[in-house]
Amino acid sequence: MSAAEQPTSAVTPGAAALEVDDLEVTFHRRGRRLPVLKGVTLKIERGQAYGLVGESGCGKTTLAMAAMRYLASNGTLDNGRVLVDGQDVSTLSEEALRKWRGGKVAMVYQDPTQALSPAMRIGDQLAEVYHYHEGMNKKEALEQARESLRRVAIPDPDGTLRRYPFELSGGQQQRVVIAMALAVNPQLLILDEPTTGLDATVEAEILDLIEELRGRINAAILLITHNLGLVVRLCERVGVLYAGRLVEEGSAKEVFTDPRHPYTMGLLRCVPRFGMNKTDAALQTIPGTLPALGDPLEGCVYSARCPMAQPVCKRREPDFYAWPGDAAIRGQAEAEAMPPDPAAYSPHHAMPVGESSRHTRCYFTADVESMPHLTPVLATSLDERGGDTDVLDIDSMVRTFKDGSKKLTAVANVSLSLKKGETFGLVGESGSGKTTLAKCVTGLIPADSGTVTFEGGILKSTAGKRSQDALRAIQMVFQNPDSTLNPAWSTRQILTRAVRKLGGAKEGSVRAKVDKLSADVRVEPRFLFQRPTELSGGQKQRIAIARAFAGDPHLVICDEPASALDVSVQASILNLLVELQTKEQASYVFISHDLAVVRYISDRIGVMYLAELIEVGAAADVFDPPHHPYTEALLSSIPRLDFEKQRDRIPLRGSMPSLTDPPSGCRFHTRCHRSLGDICAQQVPPDMDAGNGHTYRCHIPPDELLALQQAGASEPEPAETL
Amino acid sequence: MLRLIGRRLLLMVPTLILASILIFLLAEVLPGNVGRSILGQYATPEDVAALNRELGADRPLVVRYVAWAGNFVTGDWGESPVQKVPVRPYVMAALWNSLILAGFALILIVPTSIVLGVFSGLRRDSALDRVITVSTLSMTVIPEFVSGVVLLYVFAVWLKWLPVTALAPEGAPFYERLYYLILPAIPLMFLELGYIARMARVGTVQVLSMPYIRTAVLKGVPRSRVVFGHVLRNAMVPTVTVIGSQVGWLIGGLVVVETLFSYPGIGKVMVESALNHDVPVLEASVLMVAVVYMFANLVADIVVALLNPRIRKGG
Repeated sequence: MSAAEQPTSAVTPGAAALEVDDLEVTFHRRGRRLPVLKGVTLKIERGQAYGLVGESGCGKTTLAMAAMRYLASNGTLDNGRVLVDGQDVSTLSEEALRKWRGGKVAMVYQDPTQALSPAMRIGDQLAEVYHYHEGMNKKEALEQARESLRRVAIPDPDGTLRRYPFELSGGQQQRVVIAMALAVNPQLLILDEPTTGLDATVEAEILDLIEELRGRINAAILLITHNLGLVVRLCERVGVLYAGRLVEEGSAKEVFTDPRHPYTMGLLRCVPRFGMNKTDAALQTIPGTLPALGDPLEGCVYSARCPMAQPVCKRREPDFYAWPGDAAIRGQAEAEAMPPDPAAYSPHHAMPVGESSRHTRCYFTADVESMPHLTPVLATSLDERGGDTDVLDIDSMVRTFKDGSKKLTAVANVSLSLKKGETFGLVGESGSGKTTLAKCVTGLIPADSGTVTFEGGILKSTAGKRSQDALRAIQMVFQNPDSTLNPAWSTRQILTRAVRKLGGAKEGSVRAKVDKLSADVRVEPRFLFQRPTELSGGQKQRIAIARAFAGDPHLVICDEPASALDVSVQASILNLLVELQTKEQASYVFISHDLAVVRYISDRIGVMYLAELIEVGAAADVFDPPHHPYTEALLSSIPRLDFEKQRDRIPLRGSMPSLTDPPSGCRFHTRCHRSLGDICAQQVPPDMDAGNGHTYRCHIPPDELLALQQAGASEPEPAETL
Repeated sequence: MLRLIGRRLLLMVPTLILASILIFLLAEVLPGNVGRSILGQYATPEDVAALNRELGADRPLVVRYVAWAGNFVTGDWGESPVQKVPVRPYVMAALWNSLILAGFALILIVPTSIVLGVFSGLRRDSALDRVITVSTLSMTVIPEFVSGVVLLYVFAVWLKWLPVTALAPEGAPFYERLYYLILPAIPLMFLELGYIARMARVGTVQVLSMPYIRTAVLKGVPRSRVVFGHVLRNAMVPTVTVIGSQVGWLIGGLVVVETLFSYPGIGKVMVESALNHDVPVLEASVLMVAVVYMFANLVADIVVALLNPRIRKGG
C-alpha cells in the first residue's frame, strides 16, 4: 500500500493527468477515410474530474481508446498527441505500454456483465493485475485482491474472490471492475458509461462509491457518458463533443446552467427535468441526426441541425472562442466580416482561442440563451383524451414461476385500472415484476389467477385464446427494436404485414394505411425500402411503434421504449408517443426505470417492489411527499441536472431479497429507512389513502409520513426549463 | 459437476432405447421377411418359414424386440447366420480396430487443427490466416479416396516409407500397429482439419472481440497470458462440441479408408453385413457405433463444462 500512496514516478513534475493535443483519429473502411476525431484538444489536471458528453457516435469512446492506445485495427492516429502524466502514449514500447495500461491509466466499462472474463474466478482476475504490475506472487496478489474488494465495499470479499462473474449481480460486478481499475493506483481513471444499464438504486451506489473513492485516490477522472446528471454529480469540468469536434468546454456548472453552444442547449432541453410533465412543457428535440462518419461537413459541424444557423455557419467553421467576452465579440465580428467563400472550410481549429476557462465553438454565442423552442406542448389534459371510461382493470393478478424446486412469485396480487387515453407509468427495479405484469396483460404468458377486464369484457389468459379484436386492441412496444423487427424484411414489408394482420384493411387500402402509419411516426418514405439493420436506433423504434399502431390499438404497453436511445432520440420518441396518444386516444402502460421520463409521460404512476404494487397515484402525488419510503429512496437516488438541489441520497440497506422467499410483513422492511420496528416485520401493511386516489402500502399514516419526509427534503420543485 | 455427469448418463438410457428400436425396425422390419431376405428369392416358402422359426422371426414384433434387446444387454448377441461365427467377438474386434484408428487420427487432428485455427484467429485477415484457411479448406474438399490413393501410391508404393496395408501382422507390438496406421490416418486428418480449424478460428475471433478481452489487455496483462488465460478457454467451447460430434463419423463412417487400406474396422463390417443380410451383425455393430458416439458426446460435454463454470455450476 505504501507504493500506492506515492504517485508513481511522474515523468514531468506537475504535468496534467491527461493532455490531448489536436488529436485526429481516422477509421479506414473499404478504402474510405472516415474521420472520427477532427482535432480535439483538452486537458485534465491532476485530481480533476472531466465529463465528456455527446450523442453516441460523436467519438467519445474513441478518444478514451486513443488514450489507451487501443484503437481498432482500422483506426489510425493521424495527428496530435495524447500525453498521460506528461508522457506521450505513442512513444511507448510494447512492454512499457503494457505496464502503462492498468498502471497509469485504468478503465471502467459500460457493461460489467461483459467486462469480466466469464471462466475465471474474480480473485484470479484481480490478482493478475497485482502479479503483472507489482510482480507479486499468487498468494500476495490474492491477499491484495481481497484488500481491493474491501476497498470497494463488497460484502463477503473472501467468498467473492472464489466466485465467477456470473455469480455476482451487475452492481457487484461493476464494483469488481472498479476495484480492478484502482488496483495499481492509476493517474487517470477512464469511466466509460459506468452506470448505464444499472438500476437507479445500484447506479446511485456505484456513484457514491466513485465519489467516496475520489477522496482517497489521486487519479484524475475522464467520465464518458450520455447521462448529463452524472456529469453534474461527479465532474468539475465538462466537454461537449459533436461529430468529432469539441464544441463547448467549461466548468460543469457553468456549461449546464448557462450553455453557450446550441448543441449543448439542445441536449439539455431534450432531457426531461425532474417534475416535468407532458401537459405543461414539451421536450425539445434536436432536429436531424448525427452526420454519418465520412459525410462531408461544410462550416460548423453542427450547422445542419442548428436552429440558429446563419449562412456564415456553413461557410467557415467557427474557432473555439473564449467565453465570456471574446466569443461574443470576436465571433460575431468574424462572422460578419467573412468573405462569402463556400470552400473555405478549414479543419484546423482545434486550439482554443483566447485565455479563459470556458470556450465555445459558435459565432452566435450570445444568442444561445434565446435559442428558439421547436416543439410545442403536445399533450392535452387527460379529460380531453377521453379520461373517464375504464379501459383496463386488473384484479388480483398473480403469476409465479418455478425456480428449481422453489416457487418464485413474480407478480403478487396486483390490482390496477387504467382509463381511456391515460398513461400509467410503472416503475421499480429490475426483477420487481413490471415486465411479467405486462406480459400477462398482453397474454404472452398466462396469469396464475386474477382477472383482466378490458373494455368491459374479461380477457382470456393467453393471446392464443383471445379474439382477433382483443389482440388488435392491445399492442406492445419493446425496449430493443433490433430484436423485435425481422431483419430479413424491409420496413414496408414489416408494416404491410402488421396492417394485414391487425388492421383488417382491404387489400387496396393496405398501401395507403402503411403510408399513413409511416407518416404518423415521421419515417421518410425512402426508409420504407430499407431493412431494419440499415436504420438508426430511433428510426427502428419508430417503425416498431408504427407496427404497434397498425391496428388502431386501444392499449399500448411500452416496455422501456426509449431507454436504449440517445437523449435527443429519446425525446423525439417520447414526443411521438404523446402525439399519437392525443390523436388516437390510446391508453399506455409505460414501463421504465428512468423516473424523470416516467414522471414526464405519465398521468398516473404505480411503483412495484418485489412483485407487489406498493404505491399508486397521480404522477405528481407519487413523486411528492407523502409517498412510500421506497419511492422516496428511489427518487433520492437519481442524479439530477440541477446544482443547488442535489439532495442527500437515502441509501437502501442490503440487497434486494429473493422473490422465492420474500420478507414477512412489509416486503420492504428489510431495507426501509423509516421502519417502525416489529410491526413492519410482522404485519402486512394496509393501503394508506393519501387522497386523490393516491394509495401506498405502509404502516405510517399520511400526515406522519408527510412530516417525516418534509423534514428531510427540500420543498417540492417546480419544473424549470432552459 | 458429478450431478451433471450422472444426469447425462441417465439421459443416455432412453436415447439408447430409442436408437435400438430404430435400428431394430430398420434391420428386421423394413426389408420385409427376414428369412426371405437371408435365403434370397429362389428359396422355397417352406425353407423360409423354417428359417424364420429358427431365428424367431415369426413371433410378434414387440416380443422379438424385447428378446433381442434383452439378449444384447446380457451379452448374448447371437451367431451370424452368414459368417457362422458368434457376433460379439466379431463385432467387438472390428470396433476395437476402428477405435484405435479413430483415436490415432484424433491425436493427429485435434492439436494440429486447434493450433492452426487459433493462430489464424489471432492473426485474423493476415497472410498467415489466409494461407491456413485456404490450405486447410482445400484439403477438406479432397475426398478421402483421392487423397488416400495418392498417399498410398507416393509413400507406400513409390517411396516405400510406409506399409501398404493398415493392419499390422498378428502379434506386432503396439507402436508397430500405430506405424501401420499413419497412412490411413492422414486422409482423415485432411478431411477434418479444415472443419475443426475453422471452428477454432471462429471461436477465437469471436472471443477476441468480447469486451472482457479488452478488459484484460487494458489492465496490462501480457499478450501470452491474454491468449492462454482468457481467450483459449472460452474460444474452445464450440470446437470441443464439434470434435465430439465428429467422433461418431470417425468410428463408423470410414468404409472407404478401411477398404482402401484393407483394415477390418466397424465401418466395413456394417456395410458388408448390410449387403449380405447379416442382420444380427448389422444390428450389433450399428448399436455399438451409437454407444461410442454417445460417449464421445458425453466426453465433449464434460470438457465444455470444465471450460465453462456456468454450465458446471448450473448442475
